[in-house]
Amino acid sequence: MAMPFFAPGEDPGANFPDLLRRIGLESTALNAAYDAVALGVPHATTCVALRYDNGVVMAGDRRATAGNLISHRTMEKVVQADRHSGVAIAGSAGPAMEMVRLFQLQLEHYEKVEGSSLSLEGKANQLSAMVRGNLPAAMHGMVVVPIFAGYDLIRATGRLWDFDATGGRYEERDHVATGSGSLQASTVIKVGYRGDLSRDEAVDLAARSIWEAADTDSATGGPDALRGIYPVVAAIDADGWTRLDDSDLADRYGRIVREVNDRSEPR
Amino acid sequence: MSMPFYVAPEQMMKDRADYARKGIARGRALVAMRYTDGIVIVAENASETLRKVSEIYDRIAFAGVGKYNEFDQLRVAGIRAADLKGFQYSRDDVDARSLANSYAQMLGNIFTHEMKPMEVEILVAEVGPDGAGDQMFHILYDGTVVDERNYAAIGGDAESIRMRLADQWEDAMGIAAAINVGVAVLSGGEREIPAADLEVATLSRSNGRRCFERVTESDLEPLLSDG
Repeated sequence: MAMPFFAPGEDPGANFPDLLRRIGLESTALNAAYDAVALGVPHATTCVALRYDNGVVMAGDRRATAGNLISHRTMEKVVQADRHSGVAIAGSAGPAMEMVRLFQLQLEHYEKVEGSSLSLEGKANQLSAMVRGNLPAAMHGMVVVPIFAGYDLIRATGRLWDFDATGGRYEERDHVATGSGSLQASTVIKVGYRGDLSRDEAVDLAARSIWEAADTDSATGGPDALRGIYPVVAAIDADGWTRLDDSDLADRYGRIVREVNDRSEPR
Repeated sequence: MSMPFYVAPEQMMKDRADYARKGIARGRALVAMRYTDGIVIVAENASETLRKVSEIYDRIAFAGVGKYNEFDQLRVAGIRAADLKGFQYSRDDVDARSLANSYAQMLGNIFTHEMKPMEVEILVAEVGPDGAGDQMFHILYDGTVVDERNYAAIGGDAESIRMRLADQWEDAMGIAAAINVGVAVLSGGEREIPAADLEVATLSRSNGRRCFERVTESDLEPLLSDG
């Protein structure tokens, strides 16, 4: 491949999507008009994020559905964006995954070209622009609504944002949920939330919220002990992104199962 | 009537090469060498912010000497080429060899066709999954590519530094030993280079997906006294 070189006025700087545009590699699939329902494309569902005393916890189920069928059981909707941030996606799986790939690359590209990372707010703004770029596809049912969360190194605190289909960017104070099971999930978090949650408690609360969403929403997958598939749960603090082991999650969901079991002892 | 200029092509190339070499010789040199966990690059650089060594991709680093704005332009072009290739195909398809070829082509073109050649020499290094896969490409101002096996020196006075490296470099050195050899060959044993004037970075296999890592001044001091 020839090396991309630009005249001073046309240089895209550290902007990778702009670079793609300038060399004519812009992804057209995201902007084309398809009928998502007729295509039967997979949809991804419930994701949550909440703040704890030293950072944020993100969680998402693993199920993707196409209509009333389960199309994937192991989808990862909560992914690391860079060292200190993560993104969770709900909506059409294809455009969403592509958006996340481009977003991750953009953050790394910026960091390498500029020699330093974008600020957390800068990253949220970048994602907002990408969601807005997807608006034409959203009009045809390919909606992508992410959550962005991370640890702000400048302010030394965890922060989280949610977005709407037009790229609207809303910073939330404590917690946020997106996707078809978001109503159940956010109720669980709302009831259990305190300002001084520890990381461990926040992880438990996030795990529980996915459980309750899966219990009511058919498009959300719960823990699958049979296949050993658990929701993706990750914590982000000053030391960066840590994804929880499946064995840890198996213990936590084991406790939830016992608790639910005790609650529903036959009278 | 004025006489039209005629300059023999040999003379023209020689003038350009002299011009580029003079520009490069003014700057400080840098060395790169293999060590147990990958490749370490040691540069003499008084600036904290204008870097000579930087990351291109997961396993690839870039180092340049000469005119800063010119090699920085090459650095950014390399990052763009690598990120584009990784985006279009896969991260595994990005390699130092094709990047070095693109650089060589570009530098060669500029050397013959532009008003002035670039006053730079660059190094593209890649770590393999094991020591046998480590690669270093040294690219000159005129597009000449040299494939270096164990160590490389570029910049002013590179010839004598390379000779010292040939004496002092050993296979399977630890990180501290390698950095100390790097500093010793740069200084030639005649002067002391303070830690603040060193820019050190590694491509280490054990560093996860992104192998590139800078050795900060505070981490550097104990390593220097270790050797």
